[in-house]
Amino acid sequence: MERNPMRRQLQVMRKSLFDQGYLDEQFVQLEELQDDANPNFVEEVVTLYFRDSARLILNIEQALERKPFDFNKLDGYMHQFKGSSSSIGAKRVKAESTLFREYCKSGNGEGCMRTFQQLKKEYATLRKKLEAYFQVARQAGPMETACRPK
Amino acid sequence: MKFSCGRGAMSITSSSAAWKPTDVVADQFPAGLRVLVVDDDPTCLMILEKMLRTCLYEVTKCNRAETALSILRENKNGFDIVISDVHMPDMDGFKLLEHIGLEMDLPVIMMSADDGKHVVMKGVTHGACDYLIKPVRIEALKNIWQHVVRKRKNEWKDFEQSGSVEEGDRQPKQSEDADYSSSANEGNWRGSKKRKDDEEETDERDDTSTLKKPRVVWSVELHQQFVAAVNQLGIDKAVPKKILELMNVPGLTRENVASHLQKYRLYLRRLSGVSQHQSNLNPPFISPQDSTFGPLSSLNGLDLQALAATGQLPTQSFARLQAAGLGRPTAKSSIPMTLVDQRNIFSFENPKLRFGEGQQQQQHMNNKQQINLLNGIPTNMEPRQLASLQHGGQSIGNMNMQVASHGAQNNQNNSLLMQMGQPQSRGQILGDTTVSHSPRRPSSMGQPILSNGMAANVASRNGIPETIGATSYNPVSQATSTLNFPMNHASELPGNSFPLGSTPGISSFSSKGTFQEDVSSEIKGSGGFMPSYVKFNDLSQHKPQNWELQNVGMTFNFPQHSSSLQSNLMQSVLVQQGSSGQMNGHNRSSAVVSRAMFSAGDIKEHGNAQNVNQHLNNLVDNIIRVKSEGVFDTSPGNLFPVHFGQEDLMGALLKQQDSIAPTENEFDFDGYSKDNIPV
Repeated sequence: MERNPMRRQLQVMRKSLFDQGYLDEQFVQLEELQDDANPNFVEEVVTLYFRDSARLILNIEQALERKPFDFNKLDGYMHQFKGSSSSIGAKRVKAESTLFREYCKSGNGEGCMRTFQQLKKEYATLRKKLEAYFQVARQAGPMETACRPK
Repeated sequence: MKFSCGRGAMSITSSSAAWKPTDVVADQFPAGLRVLVVDDDPTCLMILEKMLRTCLYEVTKCNRAETALSILRENKNGFDIVISDVHMPDMDGFKLLEHIGLEMDLPVIMMSADDGKHVVMKGVTHGACDYLIKPVRIEALKNIWQHVVRKRKNEWKDFEQSGSVEEGDRQPKQSEDADYSSSANEGNWRGSKKRKDDEEETDERDDTSTLKKPRVVWSVELHQQFVAAVNQLGIDKAVPKKILELMNVPGLTRENVASHLQKYRLYLRRLSGVSQHQSNLNPPFISPQDSTFGPLSSLNGLDLQALAATGQLPTQSFARLQAAGLGRPTAKSSIPMTLVDQRNIFSFENPKLRFGEGQQQQQHMNNKQQINLLNGIPTNMEPRQLASLQHGGQSIGNMNMQVASHGAQNNQNNSLLMQMGQPQSRGQILGDTTVSHSPRRPSSMGQPILSNGMAANVASRNGIPETIGATSYNPVSQATSTLNFPMNHASELPGNSFPLGSTPGISSFSSKGTFQEDVSSEIKGSGGFMPSYVKFNDLSQHKPQNWELQNVGMTFNFPQHSSSLQSNLMQSVLVQQGSSGQMNGHNRSSAVVSRAMFSAGDIKEHGNAQNVNQHLNNLVDNIIRVKSEGVFDTSPGNLFPVHFGQEDLMGALLKQQDSIAPTENEFDFDGYSKDNIPV
């Protein structure tokens, strides 16, 4: 009984994440992988993502401090970051990554920096939201089967 | 896991995966498919692993390309397919792709978040069998098994086609073998494929050109004869017909020689390619003597070097061989490459593989233009061509690779390697070396590949007149091209002395060099084969040319599963025996064969039952027959699967002796994965 409200809340949070474009279909793929053998799979993956990608963010940050910009390197880092982000369904973060890479390719340092700031914001926001989401999820108990966002 | 295992064989899995019930049941395929996934991104890796597990595959993950390579080298037959990311810090994904293609001949799927056309094209040209865009969805992974099946199918087909056309009297046996071989080949995924193969065989039986011919086993002695003949004629003038005449081996057909020649040429080319790079041995490569054969001369050099590099062949002998082999190149006697280089070139574990690949490359090169691998002149393998080739079938390329990678990996490589290396007097040494190094030679792969490649090449390659069942081999040439591509990238491979950006084959060789060590270590495991090996040689000598070996098809059962190579060989040999079943069937066919050899030898010595001898002889014959192309290690040496523990062989031998009566063929060659031959 108690869990119902939590589950409802969870569903609301989840839906919002999708509706606001923070998450995409790939996240559902993760949810579908979650099973009894790995009941916290999604959270584990997301945790791993944030931990690993923090390193990439740092690399990019450091690279942006060195002038002139090494666009190849920056692009390389961002490529990794993008791949990682897309694998968990981080839609907005991925979009910023793509934009960043475009700027890298065209050698637009200004654009890179701007985009990177935006990316960090999205990244931080996503992190917060997902942390809250998983907190509720843990309290709500085993999740129901993932349902695709409408 | 060995999902294709034969009847209930608990394959001694070479792969790390534990035995799973699914392995035994072919119907569960593709469940149990053994996947190696490589990605430096831990998030992706975790997700992929989970997805693959959900598909019921057996997953091994690693986050570094080098780790992946060593895992693959240690477990030659431990995996069915590899999935790799393109961008990795320690090694470019395409390089890894090339390495794998060359050494193990496994299907490789590339992945990347990059969906740019050029990158995807690069994947195609390098021989990837598929390219997935990240983020990868599970649906995309569900069907990756098709690549495994396709590759095997092509290999199998290649083998068949590469077999020379046998005379009619061999037909009956052949068909018998064919059945076995088909089933053997199918081993891994028996199910429908087996049935299909059987059907195909039946159909082919009537078609001489595509008939499965017993494969010739290029024993050390035979190869020596071959090389001697080639050297006598001069590499430029060495045509199969003349070689055949010089060799004067009863039962050997021109097609056999042709395919072997093709492989040999590739091998030499590879060697010379490397050496050229080192020592400006350009002429051979560049001179297009004839488009197809041009590079071959260089190949000789390469082969020699490769051989030397692999350590199988003493460098001196290598030099000698090289000198001898390099008919065309002016620098005949020089082994341009330093020994170290040579080693590098050939150090990979599967010399055969390299060999085969070299051939392929050669062929490919030929087709395209002069193979300037060594010259570092980029070969223009048109991507689309490659792409088409690639699709075409991983045929030869795959085949060779696979051959090498599959079962043949250990044993067969040795034999082949030996064969190649032994053209000169060293032959014996090589053999011995091999034997002693048996632990080291998983490289047998190289050999088989060579044979395969040659066969395939012969068939498809334009140069070689004999088209052994050529028709089907177009893909082979294609395959080679695909194979070649990966090689191009091999330039970066360790020990790659020549900076052949575009020389597909060469680079691969270099990389192969590194593998050598791995191979060696692998071979070490097998250890005790030496005696048997030696014996085998003797044995084969006793039966010099019983080219009646029928079970051509069999040898190529490349079970990727554990010691599949051996199994294949064994199986093929066993098949040959027909159901004499002496060998305790199972996948350890190669082991059995080796055992059979032993027993044959033993029996002879002991004067045991005639029939035993008979069987053994047949076995030997069969083994000998095994077409080099198809079989990884046609040479006797190969029969001693490295993987197969001595006990396996002994077990088989004992069994054989105990009951000559035909035992039910336990090895249904379906499952080459069954490595365990009960001891």
